[in-house]
Amino acid sequence: MNLDFSAEDLAFRDEVRTFIAENYPASLRGKQDEGDELSKEDFLSWHKVLAKKGWVAPAWPVEYGGTGWSQTQRYIWSEETARADCIRLMPFGLAMVGPVIYAFGTPEQKAHFLPRILSGDDWWCQGYSEPGAGSDLASLRTKAVRDGDDYVVNGQKTWTTMAQHADWGFFLVRTDPDAKMQEGISFLLIDMKSPGIQVRPIITLGGEHEVNEVFLDNVRVPVSNRVYEENKGWTCAKFLLAHERVGIAGVASSKRGVEKIKAIAATEMDGDRSLLANPFFKRKVAELEIDLAALEYTELRTLAGMAAGNNPGPESSVLKIKGSEIQQRLTELTLEMAGHYGAPYFRGFGAGDNEHPIGQEWANRAAPTYFNARKTTIYGGSNEIQRNVIAKMVLGL
Amino acid sequence: MDLSTTETQTMLRDTLARFLADTYTFDARQKMLASPEGRDPGIWRALSSELGLTCAPFAEEMGGMGGGAIENQIMMEELGKVIAIEPWVQTIVAGGGALKAAGGPLAEATIPAIIAGDCVIAFAYAEPQGRYNLADIGTTAKQDGAGYVLNGHKGVVYAAPWATHLLVTARTGGSRREREGVELFLIDAKAKGISRRDYPTVDGFRASEVYFENVAIPGEALLTGGIDLIEKVVDECTVAICAEATGIGRAMLAQTQDYAGQRKQFGQPISKFQVLQHRMADMLVEAEQIASMALMGTLRLDEPAAARKAAVSMVKAKVARSIKFIGQNAIQTHGGIGITVELAIGHYFKRATMIENQFGSADYHLERFEALTYAA
Repeated sequence: MNLDFSAEDLAFRDEVRTFIAENYPASLRGKQDEGDELSKEDFLSWHKVLAKKGWVAPAWPVEYGGTGWSQTQRYIWSEETARADCIRLMPFGLAMVGPVIYAFGTPEQKAHFLPRILSGDDWWCQGYSEPGAGSDLASLRTKAVRDGDDYVVNGQKTWTTMAQHADWGFFLVRTDPDAKMQEGISFLLIDMKSPGIQVRPIITLGGEHEVNEVFLDNVRVPVSNRVYEENKGWTCAKFLLAHERVGIAGVASSKRGVEKIKAIAATEMDGDRSLLANPFFKRKVAELEIDLAALEYTELRTLAGMAAGNNPGPESSVLKIKGSEIQQRLTELTLEMAGHYGAPYFRGFGAGDNEHPIGQEWANRAAPTYFNARKTTIYGGSNEIQRNVIAKMVLGL
Repeated sequence: MDLSTTETQTMLRDTLARFLADTYTFDARQKMLASPEGRDPGIWRALSSELGLTCAPFAEEMGGMGGGAIENQIMMEELGKVIAIEPWVQTIVAGGGALKAAGGPLAEATIPAIIAGDCVIAFAYAEPQGRYNLADIGTTAKQDGAGYVLNGHKGVVYAAPWATHLLVTARTGGSRREREGVELFLIDAKAKGISRRDYPTVDGFRASEVYFENVAIPGEALLTGGIDLIEKVVDECTVAICAEATGIGRAMLAQTQDYAGQRKQFGQPISKFQVLQHRMADMLVEAEQIASMALMGTLRLDEPAAARKAAVSMVKAKVARSIKFIGQNAIQTHGGIGITVELAIGHYFKRATMIENQFGSADYHLERFEALTYAA
């Protein structure tokens, strides 16, 4: 048992590093450095580079366009992309509906949708939560009624991330109103340009437009766009939630976050010492780094289990709980470092007055990022729900 | 021992509470924030000339009601309940407090104008390099005949775009971070040579980077007292925002209780889940600690400097952590809706978060408390 990289692994790491250095879009790097909001095109620019290289979906089976990498290689990939501060690709197609389609879809669905996810031609969104169905997802009420070769869908979804850009959405809808909660739900792929779909923005505390409400009013969806059997959509949903929770640990990007904080704190002055020499602050960073190491090894154990053929079970809830808490603490420490300059609010005013800067650039987004990160313990199954999962599924309580 | 308020103090609280309940609805506040000026100046006018509340913490001979820190505590708690963006801390607590302590002709001339609502003050004490060290000051005030010439840059000056006057800390001598040579000045905000870069703050205020370039100010602008006076004023401001946190914390708890009672998941209001009940119970515990510490700070502001500083640092260290606990758990209990701009709770959370570090973070105050009370 060891964690050493083989010579092949090291060669692979060098190849990855070189590839990123040579191919990561310069315009994207510039916007990230400036802290600018990223557009759809920005997100797609890196996606398309990877699609061309064939590296856009490392986790997929090779037959559908995966890379065939070992777990170690995938680990190296996520480490290296985080280390180089590459943006995270939108997960809705690649990490969510893609796996559902290749696991449960018809040959036609696979042939049509999977290549378009890989290429980035289709931008996907996730139609799960509803105003009355959040943590209690199975209580969802959006209904789909069969009418010939179509379903007619009516209802409302919410927290739909990046729906404003979406070409397609995967939706959980109720197809049997009389069935018990989880039964009677189906998994539909819906063209977001269908008549009857309306997307309304929800603005979050930092001023961001990331999430939306989606209204469905007599939207016709061909039955051929249902994945898996009618009333068995919960099977797809459960499969997908387990997938979602693995990536949610965010170890690699949090490691990058710790490094950023240490670098800033080493130069930011606190009286006649650096902030990193302030024993109170240093202790908090150190504790965070230790918690992150514990999370990393927990994730490695989970990945090793997956490599040995075990499905990521309820244990992935551990990753979600600790990962989200660590992401939040990173933003807390950054806001703390910003001091007085956590207060200025930058969105939508006077960029480019270089003569009169408002604090240091890294501090500009500290508060909005902190506010925004409160979502990490809420989304993807709130941390309360994760604890329910552990209590019921792992502890058998 | 008597911790009850006087009849007058109770009346002040009720008057302000009633006024704010009518004027500071969530929608009205949102409208103020979105307006070009970022506030409704009519509110300040009403607080001062119409309702006469601004006179509460000033001596009777200045036209006040003879009150002090307790009156400020009462007002700030009520202002906190509606997350008001009124410059009470800056104008009444900082400006008024400095003038009361320094006395002299400038105080006699200015305090009536503050009470009347004609004088709005912004407190320019922070500098980009200084963090919370009040003596880490690069702004200079060079003696020039009978007056001074100001040069320098003050950062994140809350309410500066609204101010008629600036309360400025500057160095007449000594080197950076030296306590000697730091002085406090009250100057005309429109004086020649002052320029600003204005911006909104995440908690709904307007603030500025303020630049002084050879600003000539009269000798009378000096409020004698040096760093000791500045520390006293900042301590008074610190206690004031802790009183504000009392109102904010209680409001966040009330909103969370209310929401949890309405929000149904798994066939019942989420307030029925024991894990959330315990969380809200803990929020109440913390809200009460905030109220207690704000009271302690208020009652100990007149103690000798070392005791006062130690007490205020205890207060702020505790309040910073408690208000964070309440804010984070209020949002978590609300779920996604808590992170949107659509519900009031998120706006309370933003102000609560800014209170954590304003006038010194929990770490800063813990360190100051330890240095003052734990012999090496």
